[in-house]
Amino acid sequence: MSVERRKFLKMAGLTALGLAGGAPAKVLGQDNAFADTAAEAVVKPIERSGALTAKRWAMVIDVRKCQEAGECTKCFDACHLTHNVPDFDNPKDEVKWIWKESFEHALGDQDHEYLNDAVKHAHMPVLCNHCDDPACVKVCPTGATFKREEDGLVMIDWHRCIGCRYCMAACPYGSRSFNWRDPRPFIEDIQPDFPTRSRGVVEKCTFCDERLARGQLPACVEACEAGALVFGDLEDPESEVRKLLAERFSMRRKPGSGTQPEVYYLL
Amino acid sequence: MIEHALKGDKRYWSWVATLLAVMGIGFFFYLRQYNEGLTVTGLSRDVSWGFYIAQFTFMVGVAASAVMVVLPYYLHNFKEFGKITILGEFVAIGSVVVCMTFIFVDMGQPFRIINVFLYPSPQSMMFWDAVALSGYLVLNFVISHITLGAERKGIAPPKWIKPVIILSIPWAVSIHTVTAFLYAGLAARPFWMTAILAPRFLASAFSAGPALLILVCLLLRKLTKFNVGKEPIQKVAIIVTYALAINIFFVLMEVFTAVYANMPEHLSHFQYLFVGLHGHGNLVPWMWTSTVFGLVALGLLIVPKTRRNETTLVMACILLFISLWIDKGLCLIIAGFVPNPLHYVVEYVPTLPELAISAAVYAMGLLVVTGLYKVALSVRKQL
Amino acid sequence: MYNGGKVLIGILVFLVLISSPLWYNMAMDGSDYQIELEKAVRGDDCVRDSAWMKANHMDLLNEWRDQVVRNDERFEIGSDGVQYERSLSFTCLSCHENKDKFCDRCHDYLGVEPYCWECHIVPKEVQP
Repeated sequence: MSVERRKFLKMAGLTALGLAGGAPAKVLGQDNAFADTAAEAVVKPIERSGALTAKRWAMVIDVRKCQEAGECTKCFDACHLTHNVPDFDNPKDEVKWIWKESFEHALGDQDHEYLNDAVKHAHMPVLCNHCDDPACVKVCPTGATFKREEDGLVMIDWHRCIGCRYCMAACPYGSRSFNWRDPRPFIEDIQPDFPTRSRGVVEKCTFCDERLARGQLPACVEACEAGALVFGDLEDPESEVRKLLAERFSMRRKPGSGTQPEVYYLL
Repeated sequence: MIEHALKGDKRYWSWVATLLAVMGIGFFFYLRQYNEGLTVTGLSRDVSWGFYIAQFTFMVGVAASAVMVVLPYYLHNFKEFGKITILGEFVAIGSVVVCMTFIFVDMGQPFRIINVFLYPSPQSMMFWDAVALSGYLVLNFVISHITLGAERKGIAPPKWIKPVIILSIPWAVSIHTVTAFLYAGLAARPFWMTAILAPRFLASAFSAGPALLILVCLLLRKLTKFNVGKEPIQKVAIIVTYALAINIFFVLMEVFTAVYANMPEHLSHFQYLFVGLHGHGNLVPWMWTSTVFGLVALGLLIVPKTRRNETTLVMACILLFISLWIDKGLCLIIAGFVPNPLHYVVEYVPTLPELAISAAVYAMGLLVVTGLYKVALSVRKQL
Repeated sequence: MYNGGKVLIGILVFLVLISSPLWYNMAMDGSDYQIELEKAVRGDDCVRDSAWMKANHMDLLNEWRDQVVRNDERFEIGSDGVQYERSLSFTCLSCHENKDKFCDRCHDYLGVEPYCWECHIVPKEVQP
C-alpha cells in the first residue's frame, strides 16, 4: 500500500471518527507528532553559504540578441535536460518549461499587419513569468503552488499537488504542463540530482531554485551563449536587469491580466 | 426506512442490474485511467478541463434546482408541491453525489484530495465549492430523512427542521454561484470572465432541473401508482418557462456585448462556438442544435396551449434539457480553452474511456436516486 | 432483529476469520523475525540515532521535504553535530549505498510501498 493511500485511509477514518465523536481538530495536524520527537535532536538551520539570493528575481530577454543566434535551442535543451523534462513527441501529452514562440503568440495583443519584419518574425523564449501577483497561486485549493516571499519565485510542491489543474486554467501564459502519464520512460538522459515527476501533478519552470541554492545561475541563462537571457535582482538598482530595463524599451506579456509578470522582453 | 430499497419486483431489479452493469464497465475504464493517468482522456495542456468538469458544472445546476420546489412549498406554503418536494430533494442528493464523483475522477492524484481540507485555502474558489457542495449534501440528506420519517409515522416533522430547510434555500443558490465563480474569477479566460455567468448558471439550472423533474414525475405516473396530479406539473412548467426565457435573455446579452464591443479576446470564443475559428469547428453543429432546441422549447412553453398539452410539454422539456446540457455540459467549459491564451486553436474530443467513466458516474447517481425514490414511494404506499 | 442468534454467530465467525493472521503470528511467535539490513558506510553515525531513525525516518523525510521545497532550508546539523544536506538521493543514499538491501528489504517485509522513488532517483541506477 502506498503512503498516499495509507494517509488517505487514515484521514478518512479519522474524519469518520471526528464526525462520530467530535474528535479534536488537533489530530489532523500531522506535523504535531513530529514536533515532539524532533525536539531531542539539535535541529537548527544553518547559514547558506554560496547561494545566490535576491529580494526579487527577474529575467530580461533580449529578443534582438536571441534573433542573432538564429535557430538556437540551447536554453530549451539545457532546461529540459537539467529538470528531467520528458519528450513525448506528441502535443497531447506534451510537457514544457521553456519554449519558442513568435511575436504574435508571445506578445500577441501588440501584433498588427504592418509590423516591421524584424519584430514580426522574431521568435523568443517563453516560460513561467514568476508573477508578483500570480493567478495560479490564488486559485490553488491546497497551497501546493505558492510564491516564495523572500525572493518571489513561484513554486510547486509536487508532494501536495492534487492534480486538479485549476492553476492551468488560471495561468494567462499557458506556462503550466500536466503529467498526463508517467514521464519517466520518456526521459532519455535522467539527471540524478533532480527528481522526475509522478503522473497526475502540474509542473513548470522554477527559475532553477535548486541551482540558485548552489550558487549557480538558471540553466537556460548559463546555456545562452548569445547573452540574450539576463537574470538578476529587480530590487537592486545596480543589477544588470535593472540597467537593461532603464536603457531599452521593454514589454511584458499580457500586462492587462494584472499578474505583474517578472519576465521582461527587450525589443 | 432504507430496507424498502432492497425489496422490489423484477422490473425494479433489472433496472438496478442495468445501472450496476454500466457502473462496472466504467469502473474498469477508471482502473485503466488510474494506472495509466489522464492520458486516456482527450485532454491536453491546451484544453486541460473537459467532459468531466463540464458534467460537474451541469449537475451542480440540477442539484441546486431542487430549491425551485422547496422554496414555494416551505416559504410560501404552496401545498400543491407537497408530493414533489421530496422528489426534488432526492434528485439534489443524487446530483451532488454525481458532482463530487466527477471531481474525483478528474483529479490527477485522487487519493490526495484530502489535502483540500488538510491545507484549507480560502482564497481558492475550489475550496469554497468543496465546502458548499458537501454542506448541501448533508442539508438535503437531513431534511429529506427527517420529513419523510415523520410522514411515515404520520406525525408532523420536528420544529427544528424548519430553519434547516430555510437555510437550504440560500445554500442551493450558493452552490451554483460558487461554481460560477470558479470560472468567472479567471482573468486568463475571457470567455468565462463575465459578471453574468453566475446569474446565467442559475437561470439555466432553474430551467433544466425542474424540466427534469416534470419528466421524472410523468415517468413515475406511467410506471407506478404515484401521481402528482396535473396542477403541480403545470406550476413547475411555468417556473421552467420563466427560467428558460431569462436564460436565453442572458445568453443574448453575452452575445451582444461580445459581438458589438468586438474585442478579439472575448469574440473569438463565440466565433469558435457558432462559426468555427481558423478552420476548427467541432462544436459548431452542437451549438446550433442547442440554439434551435432552446428556441423551439421556449416557443412550446410560452404558448399556453402547448404548455398545457402533456405531449408537447414533454417534448419541450426534453428539447430544453438537451439544449442546456449541450450549452453547459459541453460547450461552455471547452470553449473557454479555445482559443488558448497564446491564441492557438487546439481542439478537444472526449475519448471512449472518458465517456464510459462519465456514463458510470451518471449510473451511480441514477442508482442513488432510484433507491431513494423507492424508499419514498414505498413509505407512501404508492407503488 | 430477525434471526438475532444466527446473525450474532455470523458476526463472531467473521471476526475470528478476519483476525486469524494475528492469532497465527502470535502462535508462531513471528514477531521474533529479524531482517538483515546492510550496514551503513559510516556505521552508526547518522543524522539521528539509529533507534530513533528506525521508528521515525519517514517523519524526518517529510519534514526535510517541506523544509527544502517550501522554505528553501536545505541544511541542518544532525544530533551527531555534523552538517547534513537535506537530500534523500544524496545524503541518505551516499551512506546507505545499497537501497535494495536497506530500504527495500525492510519495506518489502512490512508491505509498505513509499512513493519516494516514483520521482526521486537512486544515483547508482542512472549512472552508466
